[in-house]
Amino acid sequence: MNAPLHLTLDWADWLNLFAHFLTLSLMSVGGAISTSSEMHRFLVEQHHWLTQEQFNQAIALAQAAPGPNVLFVALMGWQVGLNAGSTGAALFGVLVTMVGIMTPSTVITYAAARWGHRNRDLRAVRAFKQGMAPIVIALLLSTAWIMASSAGGDALAHWPLWLTAVVSGLVIWRTRIHLLWLLAAGAVLGALRVI
Amino acid sequence: MNAPPPDHADNPDHPRPRSLTDLFVSFTLLALQGFGGVLAVVQREMVDRKRWLTQEEFIEDWAVAQIMPGPNVVNLSLMIGGRYFGVPGALAALAGLLAVPLVLVLMLAVLHARFADSPVVAGALRGMAAVCAGLIGAAGLRLAGALKKSPLPLPWCVALGAAGFILVALLKCPLAWVLFGLGGLSCVLTYRRLKA
Repeated sequence: MNAPLHLTLDWADWLNLFAHFLTLSLMSVGGAISTSSEMHRFLVEQHHWLTQEQFNQAIALAQAAPGPNVLFVALMGWQVGLNAGSTGAALFGVLVTMVGIMTPSTVITYAAARWGHRNRDLRAVRAFKQGMAPIVIALLLSTAWIMASSAGGDALAHWPLWLTAVVSGLVIWRTRIHLLWLLAAGAVLGALRVI
Repeated sequence: MNAPPPDHADNPDHPRPRSLTDLFVSFTLLALQGFGGVLAVVQREMVDRKRWLTQEEFIEDWAVAQIMPGPNVVNLSLMIGGRYFGVPGALAALAGLLAVPLVLVLMLAVLHARFADSPVVAGALRGMAAVCAGLIGAAGLRLAGALKKSPLPLPWCVALGAAGFILVALLKCPLAWVLFGLGGLSCVLTYRRLKA
């Protein structure tokens, strides 16, 4: 365990944090997680507002909880605030980091989507949307592959885990069963150490 | 801006959200099903179950969501909400996606110290992650059906898709290269086919 941090943050520090997340938002093509190495540099190495362990835990916890992965950003803000001394500061940290990471990308995407929808008959817009289809599908399959590898690692040693992934994929592909049943089944199998 | 697009009105095969509350609640329920990411659940709920989007619309919107800055699922929810109710719809969908999960993840952070060492919890999370991997793969397979309507010949689509999978999943290329390089190539090919 790293030693806990005790910070004193003044308004200039909060503003610095906010401005940094505003900039990260503009760079977050492919999701906020793709900027996490830059967050690490800023929060852990440059300012020492988070320990290495706190940084890793924020990402892991957000993966484990339901909801979009971008909530790891909220957990970082929360932890920075806790390091600064109070639950109130932690809530303020959540506000600063989340508003920072969400606002610029949201405004730009919304404007671009409206423009694209209004001009959906333009040949270039149609070419973009239909041309990206094979890539979109490839990215989904890649994400599935990467998730299974990070949960299971080597396919031979962890074949029950990979089998679970393949079977749940086939069930979802072919049926309309509710996802929560499959997630619950996966949780039970995992908790019982079957997979 | 609040009027329904004419091609969607009164079409039983293409229902639309009834209200801002409907959007908020739908996206909250959707977010709560997404362990380790919400993307596959969006496809399942919006296309297969609620049918607010067709497969083609989902792929098109997702391409935009992916290429713009910001989390993909957040971008997608903005676009779906905005399509039906303008800015208020976009905000309702966004709030639904984030509000309750944010409270849950903060509660989880508070309780984390107590669970962290339990092998049962760690095992359960691994099992759920495996199911999620299958779920996302299935979303990809389902959407592949939409390639039949692409202006590109099917073998070209398959070749582009396979190249994308190899670059991202196996060679771990940075996403931006694949999106702009391979995606750009695919868009140019499509553009030329659309002319004919």
